[in-house]
Amino acid sequence: MNIWLNFLIDSLAFGATFMYGSTGEILTEKAGHLNLGIPGIMCMGGAGGCLMLNLIGKSGLPPFLIVLLGILASLLMSGLMGLIYSFMTVTLRANQNVTGLALTTFGVGLMKVIMSKMDATVYLVGPKMFYRWPFAGRQDALQCLGVLFFLAIIVAVASSYILFKTKVGLHLRAVGENPATADAVGINVNRYKYVATCVGSAIAGLGGFYYIIDYMASQEAYLSLEAFGWLSIALVIFALWRPHMTIIGSTVFGFLFSCSSYITNIDWIHVTMAMKPILKMLPYVVTILVLIISSVRNKRENQPPSSLGLSYFREDR
Amino acid sequence: MEKALALQMRGITKRFGSVVANDHVDLDVYRGEILAILGENGCGKTTLMNMISGIYFPDEGQIFVDGQEVVIRSPKDAFRHRIGMIHQHFKLVDLFTAGENIVLGVKEEGRYNLKSVNAAVTKLAEKYGFHLDPQKKIYDMSVSEKQTVEILKVLYRGADILILDEPTAVLTPQEISRLFDVLRRMKADGKSIIIITHKLNEVLEVSDRVAILRKGEHIATVNTSETNEAQLTEMMVGKKVDLEIDRTMPVNAAPRLMVKNLNLDDNEGLHVLKDISFTAYGGEILGIAGIAGSGQRELLESIAGLQPVKSGEIIFLNPKKDKPVTFFHKSMKRVKELGAQGAFHDGKMQPVSFDGMSTSAVRKWVESGDVLFKEDEIINLRDKTPLEIRGLGVRLSFVPEDRLGMGLVGSMGITDNMMLRSYRKGPAMFLDRKKPRALADEIIEELQVNTPGTNTPVRRLSGGNVQKVLVGREIAFTPKVLMAAYPVRGLDINSSYTIYNLLNKQKESGVAVIFVGEDLDVLLALCDRILVINSGAVTGVVDARTATKEEIGLLMTRTERKEDA
Repeated sequence: MNIWLNFLIDSLAFGATFMYGSTGEILTEKAGHLNLGIPGIMCMGGAGGCLMLNLIGKSGLPPFLIVLLGILASLLMSGLMGLIYSFMTVTLRANQNVTGLALTTFGVGLMKVIMSKMDATVYLVGPKMFYRWPFAGRQDALQCLGVLFFLAIIVAVASSYILFKTKVGLHLRAVGENPATADAVGINVNRYKYVATCVGSAIAGLGGFYYIIDYMASQEAYLSLEAFGWLSIALVIFALWRPHMTIIGSTVFGFLFSCSSYITNIDWIHVTMAMKPILKMLPYVVTILVLIISSVRNKRENQPPSSLGLSYFREDR
Repeated sequence: MEKALALQMRGITKRFGSVVANDHVDLDVYRGEILAILGENGCGKTTLMNMISGIYFPDEGQIFVDGQEVVIRSPKDAFRHRIGMIHQHFKLVDLFTAGENIVLGVKEEGRYNLKSVNAAVTKLAEKYGFHLDPQKKIYDMSVSEKQTVEILKVLYRGADILILDEPTAVLTPQEISRLFDVLRRMKADGKSIIIITHKLNEVLEVSDRVAILRKGEHIATVNTSETNEAQLTEMMVGKKVDLEIDRTMPVNAAPRLMVKNLNLDDNEGLHVLKDISFTAYGGEILGIAGIAGSGQRELLESIAGLQPVKSGEIIFLNPKKDKPVTFFHKSMKRVKELGAQGAFHDGKMQPVSFDGMSTSAVRKWVESGDVLFKEDEIINLRDKTPLEIRGLGVRLSFVPEDRLGMGLVGSMGITDNMMLRSYRKGPAMFLDRKKPRALADEIIEELQVNTPGTNTPVRRLSGGNVQKVLVGREIAFTPKVLMAAYPVRGLDINSSYTIYNLLNKQKESGVAVIFVGEDLDVLLALCDRILVINSGAVTGVVDARTATKEEIGLLMTRTERKEDA
């Protein structure tokens, strides 16, 4: 298989991390909440999963069950972070940016503490074969793709379907656009905000689990997870708040992010070590470009939800 | 009348703090009729309707729908009793299509299918004679289309009792006739329609009965066919109440501010001000009366330089005749220009010419105080920013209606708020705090502002004290024109009188005071002349000493639509 196809498949697999992260963030933002805690939540999702695997890894349970419990722990941990965020911003109406940043600082720190105590041999080696079904054992690039990768795509597509084709999605978008209107027609605004934020956080947390245990499968993987959290938030803008667009967006991001290491394999491009960080900048440059283009075109559908970042309180009319 | 009762209200009372918004109101609405609710601003029309539609909950009283007593605590409850309200400010999601907005929040059996919703909406629209494309996005719509969506939203939920809060305020005459056709069709369909308005001609045109509210009380309900404009106005404004405000006759009134043919459009191209012309004299109080939102705010803001006008002149006559020329406006160029135009004399009525003089010689001459103005200085304020206006030496003060939004900074103390007017004075870089603090102390002392100190954030003060600080600051600037928009709104009696006295003092010292008010009794007792505006146009100027409330009420409410004339 040629190098570019390998590169593409690897970008897809790598991009699934962002796919989870930004699908989760889009759901939250559609409810009008800018959750800057996503990096922390992804870290906690990863840490929660690892913790569970460490606890039950040697218990002799079937690998399928071990993985499932790991995923559940990851969802639970990140969902809990989402619950803290929603309690702070929906019920207490705290500033969303400050709350999000605090959660990120908290989540990243706590993850580092947890991960430093983990025994990698237990949680990485055990059920590894399971993740890569149906491509387990293949020697080519396809071995990167597995259950969790396909799940990311399903989640992204399903989120889009729910958001744009169902009544629940209509209500959720109304809450993010104009909560007062939604309230006036009898939609429970706070319930939608809570559910969207918690479900979104759980999805994002799964991204952290996927990256550490499935894609990288290495003890040190957690060190770069925070950066991918930020990339996921940037990807929301790239995807123009449409979950299915994150599939393309995350592949492009994965491609751009890892091209610094691939590009050295190509003879006719000379890359020095100093250029690597510059190449790693590319995803952010692309995000800025998308922002500029979508602002210049100024199409209403491509703008963030109108009440993004604003707390809603019925009596403030 | 053989019609069935749809809605009954008995003894409905609503209080906000010590203010009684509705006082034991009884009202009946029948099936298949259009009931107009008529009243001045703040008479409790909207509050009353909000209680039927579930926005507010009444403190006392009962509501019956079809003879059954009901409790309405939320808009949801109102919908359950088939009551729907179309608010003045539309509640729509801009990004959604009309169909999506209409179906929002409706609990229906079966799968969500926007196509069938759109089909149902189109059918409903056709039934009542609306024209609406359910797939059009709200942000692409005109105001009238948005209103159509709101009405359909209520109809789609199966409402039988529709409440429309000032539905015609934002529409053009053609759109109004179309809306009325629709309303008549709904009436024929057996629906009850309540329309809140203060336009008499519309009441007479469309309604079957009229309920008149005044100061929260239900005055009467009459059959439209048995009444006329004069009777309705009388019931609406009530008997004159005498206020004890000392009003002196204007002394040496001289023109100070002349507005000529002022036109202003809003962002959506609607005409907010139409050909407004008037003159304000120094030494008198000119009142401006009108229904809320008739263009009062825009008028004052365009004079103050906050709104760019479309056409017209705003002339300020600076009382400079025989007064020495100063460098107040710091512009040697302007002094020289005016000198070349022959605007100055040297005290012996000899024209002054700066021809061939050096700049320093001109400066010396001017600073000696021997160069005098021949006539009052004429300054056109149009298309100038507030800063430019001040730079020209125009002493214009503006007390805006939004005290803590436009007038003062709520989180700053009195001293800092004084500095908003003076921070440009003095040497650069550092602020002079001493004078503003002295001024703050003076205002607290003289106007008896009740505050813990000059550094207490003004938003913590009561409404009356905030207004005293704001008016005090503007008066300290020794204005030649003082404009005040609703300066006593929300103030108690004592604070109101303090403000009236301040305005009267300004008038006696020769200031041209422009007072925008809503209480006709106050306008009649305080002002010398009253300018009445209606939908952005001047409908009359009356002498406040001889005019009656009915006269002004009619000027405020009567609109002659072009097609009627």
